[in-house]
Amino acid sequence: MTETKQPSFRIRGLANPTRFLALLDKIMIPLVILTVVVIGVGLYMALIDSPEDYQQGATVRIMYIHVPAAWLAMFAYTMMTISALGTLVWKHPLADVSAKAAAPLGAAFTFVCLTTGSFWGKPMWGTWWVWDARLTSMLILLIIYLGLIALWHAIEDPIKAGKAVAILTLVGFIIIPIIKFSVDWWSTLHQPASVFTLEGPKMDNSMLIPLMVMAIGFTLLFTVLHFKAMKNEILRRRIRSMQMQAARQVASGNRAAATQAASPSTGPSASH
Amino acid sequence: MSAMGALFVRDLKLSIRIGGGALMGVLFFLIVVTIFPFAVGPDLNLLARIGPAILWIGALLATLLSLDRLFQADQEDGTLDLLLLGEHPLELVVLVKCAAQWISTGMPLVVATPLLSLFLNVEPVGIAAVTATLLVGTPALTLIGAVGAALTVILRRGGLLLSILILPLTIPVLIFGVSASLGAVTDPAPFDTPFYILCGLSLLYLVIGPVAAAAALRSSQE
Amino acid sequence: MFGNYAGFILASYGVTAATILVLILWVLLDGRKQTKILAQLHERGVHRRSERTKAATHS
Repeated sequence: MTETKQPSFRIRGLANPTRFLALLDKIMIPLVILTVVVIGVGLYMALIDSPEDYQQGATVRIMYIHVPAAWLAMFAYTMMTISALGTLVWKHPLADVSAKAAAPLGAAFTFVCLTTGSFWGKPMWGTWWVWDARLTSMLILLIIYLGLIALWHAIEDPIKAGKAVAILTLVGFIIIPIIKFSVDWWSTLHQPASVFTLEGPKMDNSMLIPLMVMAIGFTLLFTVLHFKAMKNEILRRRIRSMQMQAARQVASGNRAAATQAASPSTGPSASH
Repeated sequence: MSAMGALFVRDLKLSIRIGGGALMGVLFFLIVVTIFPFAVGPDLNLLARIGPAILWIGALLATLLSLDRLFQADQEDGTLDLLLLGEHPLELVVLVKCAAQWISTGMPLVVATPLLSLFLNVEPVGIAAVTATLLVGTPALTLIGAVGAALTVILRRGGLLLSILILPLTIPVLIFGVSASLGAVTDPAPFDTPFYILCGLSLLYLVIGPVAAAAALRSSQE
Repeated sequence: MFGNYAGFILASYGVTAATILVLILWVLLDGRKQTKILAQLHERGVHRRSERTKAATHS
């Protein structure tokens, strides 16, 4: 990530991590304020202003966090897929950072989707968990997220880890729709269609609008967290390369290099 | 093409040799099927009903557990570097290695299936169906497992991680394999629909597996 | 105000809030940690290549 001097990275402005960090510092505070306002309005609409469902009663209020969480769970994976293409095809220096920052967020929102679904299912279905097609697919998505994170931590070299994860992300992107299809197929084979679906197809505007506001709020929240996590990751890689560079200088016999690294012609390692 | 033939024969010889692990897969399959009745009870009616599922789970685990050495041994002794530098496309190399791997570990499982089905009281039509689905489905497991083996090739202990990464991706194969097997014995459920989907899945994995595994091997050796 | 299901609704919102809080804490604390290490490295005189010429004029 410190290869800022290579000319190819200057093609697009944001490809330069330093410039990206500067932009982040500029837009972060307005973005946070916007997020807080939108989620605040959304919460008011969802918890106080919106009507109860004639069939599901007040539990419909769970929908206003359950559905946005489900949306983000899939959005984060799409984001990681685009980043994976960025890593493998365009070799964009920030793509790998973006994917790594998005994975824990995606896993967390998948977890939120599953738990809120469970809290919704208990009063509606009478059990905490049903092997309903949608819940099951979400559970598999969570396992895939955790597997990707595990692969990241297993491989020490961040560049190699990023590439391995990118390949697995792309394979997952192709296979996840097939998993979804087969779980749907399996679900209809094994149990009659559930009494009602969690999200009815037709929804009144009095519920649709709060849902949209919450979805936008959650997406903004995701963006803020993602940007901040990306910044952390850029700093982490910078630190790693600086530490390795310092270690190399020490190892090359020039014990004082760490303090004299200032002049570029000090040691042979400086040219590397 | 003769180079690929030589690679195929070499891989086959290595895995059939003592310690190569080809027979281990069948043994593992046998022990998994044997311990199931201890967990669920010796009720033959119940076993007949869940028999195809047990056989599929056993075959799935046996296939995955034998995969972690697919590329690792080659990486340790330097063969992998030669294969990467060779004139043949790496995708083809992966495909040939998978074929040898399946002949030595997957096919014995398919051959053992009718015998193990008898232990589980599966009726004759069901035995034929499970064997047929495993014959079509286990190559898909080997091919998608090769991706996991390639991703974890640089890890010293990648076996567990390989299973964690690959098992979710095998769910479609498992669903349609078991559905087709059950469809053959239970009346309203169809056999042919899930079976054809299973065949389609195997063809799809035949493309994804070698391409992704080759990409993973290239990136790991840079 | 949520009828019989208040517990489930509050639990849902509670779990969501807790998860988001953990995420926020994670990014903030991680960011603080990285900034601190970076500052320590600068103090010890380790600089990035792009900053080195700048540092040379100072020392």
